[in-house]
Amino acid sequence: MLVFHFQKDGPSLYPMRSSSVGHLAINPGRSLKSQSQICWKNPTDAGKSTTDPPHPHTHTYIHAHTHTTHTHTHIGMTSSKIEMPGEVKSDPAALMASLQLMPAPVPNPEIKYTKIFINNEWQDSVSGKVFPTYNPATGEQIIEVQEADKADVDKAVQAARLAFSLGSVWRTMDASERGRLLSKLADLVERDSVYLATIESLNSGKPFLPTLFVDLQGTIKTLRYFAGYADKIHGSTIPMDGQFLTFTRYEPIGVCGQIIPWNFPLMMTAWKLGPALACGNTIVLKPAEQTPLTCLYIAALIKEAGFPPGVVNILPGFGPTAGAAMAAHKGIDKVAFTGSTEVGKVIQETAGKTNLKRVTLELGGKSPNIIFADSDLDLAVEQAHQGVFFNAGQCCTAGSRIYVEEPIYDEFVKRSVERAKRKIVGSPFDPTTEQGPQISREQQNRVLEFVQSGISEGAKLECGGKALGLKGFYVEPTVFSNVTDDMRIAREEIFGPVQQIMKFKTIEEVIERANNSDYGLAAAVFTNDINKAITVSTAMQAGTVWINCYNAMSSQCPFGGYKMSGNGRELGEIGLKEYSEVKTITMKMVTKNS
Amino acid sequence: MYTALVSRVLPRFSVLSGRHFSAAAIPAPNTQPEVHYNKLFINNEWHDAVSGKTFPTINPTTGEIICHVAEADRADVEKAVKAAQNAFKLGSPWRRMDASHRGLLLSRLADAIERDAAYLAELETLDNGKPYAVSYSVDIPNVVKCLRYYAGWADKWEGKTIPIDGNFFCYTRHEPIGVCGQIIPWNFPLLMQAWKLGPALATGNTVVMKVAEQTPLTALYVASLIKEVGFPEGVVNILSGMGPTAGAAIASHMDIDKVAFTGSTEVGHLIQQASGSSNLKKVTLELGGKSPNIILSDANLEDAVEQSHFALFFNQGQCCCAGSRTFVQADIYDEFVERSVVRANRRVVGNPFDLKTEQGPQIDEEQFNKILGYIGSGKREGAKLMCGGGVAADKGYFIQPTVFGNVQDNMTIAQEEIFGPVMQILKFETLEEVVSRANDTKYGLAAAVFTKDIDKAHYVSNTLRAGTVWVNCYDVFGAQAPFGGYKASGNGRELGEYGLDNYTEVKTVKRSEWFPQDISLIVLNHL
Repeated sequence: MLVFHFQKDGPSLYPMRSSSVGHLAINPGRSLKSQSQICWKNPTDAGKSTTDPPHPHTHTYIHAHTHTTHTHTHIGMTSSKIEMPGEVKSDPAALMASLQLMPAPVPNPEIKYTKIFINNEWQDSVSGKVFPTYNPATGEQIIEVQEADKADVDKAVQAARLAFSLGSVWRTMDASERGRLLSKLADLVERDSVYLATIESLNSGKPFLPTLFVDLQGTIKTLRYFAGYADKIHGSTIPMDGQFLTFTRYEPIGVCGQIIPWNFPLMMTAWKLGPALACGNTIVLKPAEQTPLTCLYIAALIKEAGFPPGVVNILPGFGPTAGAAMAAHKGIDKVAFTGSTEVGKVIQETAGKTNLKRVTLELGGKSPNIIFADSDLDLAVEQAHQGVFFNAGQCCTAGSRIYVEEPIYDEFVKRSVERAKRKIVGSPFDPTTEQGPQISREQQNRVLEFVQSGISEGAKLECGGKALGLKGFYVEPTVFSNVTDDMRIAREEIFGPVQQIMKFKTIEEVIERANNSDYGLAAAVFTNDINKAITVSTAMQAGTVWINCYNAMSSQCPFGGYKMSGNGRELGEIGLKEYSEVKTITMKMVTKNS
Repeated sequence: MYTALVSRVLPRFSVLSGRHFSAAAIPAPNTQPEVHYNKLFINNEWHDAVSGKTFPTINPTTGEIICHVAEADRADVEKAVKAAQNAFKLGSPWRRMDASHRGLLLSRLADAIERDAAYLAELETLDNGKPYAVSYSVDIPNVVKCLRYYAGWADKWEGKTIPIDGNFFCYTRHEPIGVCGQIIPWNFPLLMQAWKLGPALATGNTVVMKVAEQTPLTALYVASLIKEVGFPEGVVNILSGMGPTAGAAIASHMDIDKVAFTGSTEVGHLIQQASGSSNLKKVTLELGGKSPNIILSDANLEDAVEQSHFALFFNQGQCCCAGSRTFVQADIYDEFVERSVVRANRRVVGNPFDLKTEQGPQIDEEQFNKILGYIGSGKREGAKLMCGGGVAADKGYFIQPTVFGNVQDNMTIAQEEIFGPVMQILKFETLEEVVSRANDTKYGLAAAVFTKDIDKAHYVSNTLRAGTVWVNCYDVFGAQAPFGGYKASGNGRELGEYGLDNYTEVKTVKRSEWFPQDISLIVLNHL
């Protein structure tokens, strides 16, 4: 999830006052910047490549880390455009000054928590087993973490059930107090955001600054948003026929199993915790085995904020063991999973076989991004680039099928290739880095295998296509043109920095082709014609459609998939529904009056 | 559970209390808190009155002057409205701010008030006379909760998309109304400020607030916190001044888009008239009451006596929702009156800074004299004075807790709002009778019924013409639950999601010709 904008008058922790970091790009060649080249507080070489001055009304988008800053003006509609007195604008010297203010990662961060979090206590795994977690930028082990399995899931479910029992502290707590605890948790995440962003970067390979500005802000805002909902989950009174008083109550479902992925470890934790806790559920949460560290730190903050023991339990472990145990557990009332469609099917099947637990799924995608000839080409190229390359291509929403209208196809491909070639791949801790490594060797190999299939099926490799660097799991930004709908790279989710560009002629044709997919997570359309925009957006079989923007997401707006991209919605008011049971209470009355 | 918990800890304060502030946790007050702010707050700056005038604010416990405060009049209202208009103009920081950030500012304001809770409670007690234990454990926590509640609404106040007929795309936006005038009373100075600011700011309005001339001090301190937490200048402007001058200027101002008033029904009439004769500004009113409290003979008597006592005497009787017509079923009437008198005689009246004090002084000499006048009329018209009825101290504005028995519906004390510690107990025989008598009033703010019979409880609660009905409890408030009056008790509702309506203009946007005929067919095929 990519809340691409953040506020200029936000907390002092985020002193970036301008979008102008976009002009840091200085390395058009394709080499991997090593960490030794980093100079955090001395960005003197930055800005040299500034060719066009930043637009005076640009906004602090995180993809301002890219080059064509002026294009962002057009998507300012999703941003808060707060003019603050004395704001840094387009003066290059001021840009440098603002860069000096950039927060730096914590040097040599200490990893404090590696155990299983049950009942607000740190526990070793029942089996005594541990597993290593890696730094994908180097391939080196960071630390070993306790490995939860079925026995640990049993313990956690027991704790969660106890915390949910009638009369418990959690069940008798005022809804507003639940909100207060979530709000405190948000404050604590905000307090420790530089540390958390550092660990997130270290463990997932995503660049530090986007992590701080996108992931951490998204995490904090999501927790605050759902904090506010805790005492606003209204039932209704219903004017039913006859002499009755009927009303509904939104009650928590009970113990919720939550299984989250490695691409946005912190934000996915917040997306899951926020609505579940606002509604009053208790939780057994399994972070991805690739990225357990920040989630475990959140566990410590949950305790510090004052959540009662057992309300949230966090178990690092693997899908086939701990994850499967959760999906099959009869003491778990609901399971929410974010990850691959393949595993999503297993989860749903398991729920069917066991206790019919409620299932919500947020799965894969192969999202179409439709570019009409009348669109603002600069904007479309940049957004389409960000749409697929953001987070090293590891987004379920990635706009990985780019349909470009015939008259502008060649120009669009040319500019997209130029843009991809300019992309800075490097150490996540280099402030100029746009793209870090893939999460693991396995993912890296998978992406490279997709690239090979593209070549062998006849797509034209315009740039990239290879692994990068001697260590770490890097893949070059890769662009394919002349892609046809039947190729594997046009049908399957690659989850890597690989852009597929297809050609279309008519609106009817592109709607048909865009919808011809098992997936239905997101879609986008770029056009200046309001009729085309509405026609395409209403015709897309997708949970989210962006018009002249991409990945513009925010806690207030629901997100989820049509078809095999999932089940249910996260975020927004509707996100609360997925964590509530509605109870209808009907009472006999002696009289009736309106 | 919560109700039970709090009423055990603080039986006198019922469930108005907050859980963070148990009786044991009340810190010893500083009885002479320093006054930091006594000027007008406009554009996040402190201003003297244009006229240079000031007025004294009085400590009702002693009748002595605390300090002088700048007195706003028409010219100052003019300045404040300009500031609020400027803060509301298109492209301003406030208009362009993310809704979630408006919420964050409100949340920070709640945090700042919580931080300064003890000081604010001291100042409230000094200026208003309410017992410090109540200021600290009821008023302040509810202020904090109210602001936090509306902080959460800021980015959740959603418009709709609407499937209208034809090839149109239709949606609504919830937009702020604009510059809101808010005139608040002296009985809960801080709490009424929060009730007004919370929804107005969550929805993105700007505010010109006039605080009651009796109690300007805490509101002005909160103004400093509004600046501290980072609200842009001009978003909230706070004026101390008198109703007939500053208040009237707000009500008739052509550039104020909405006025919200809490106070007497008499002044409420004037406000609505002023709106009609000026710019038809939207008006919401939260006015007086003469709320019936109905005790059926099957009720838990001990609880009903205590709750009825609390319903009337809380805050020195200075509550718009005071249960000031206590209807008791005939077979328990005598027993109820007897126990109510015992309870009233036990009520501790005294120095509001003493933690044992249940009842402080009335707000000022005018109210003090008015209440004594009502007590006189009750005696003259034949009600039976069971206890109290006189002045309770040789200085300040203290009145003895007073109970009248044998009160008839046509007596002045059964019809008019006394706003003092004077309880009227009336007798009834049947349910139908009491509902009809309870509804026979121009007011309709609140009501209560005490019974163990679920059918009777439903019957009474569904038939009473009142904005709030309590069953087996009284004065139970939560920021989540709407509050407001039927009939002459007001217009509109405060608190809850409903409270946002009063500060919102709904804009319906209909876009035509978004679907040329040929393309709409395609769309339909895919929908």
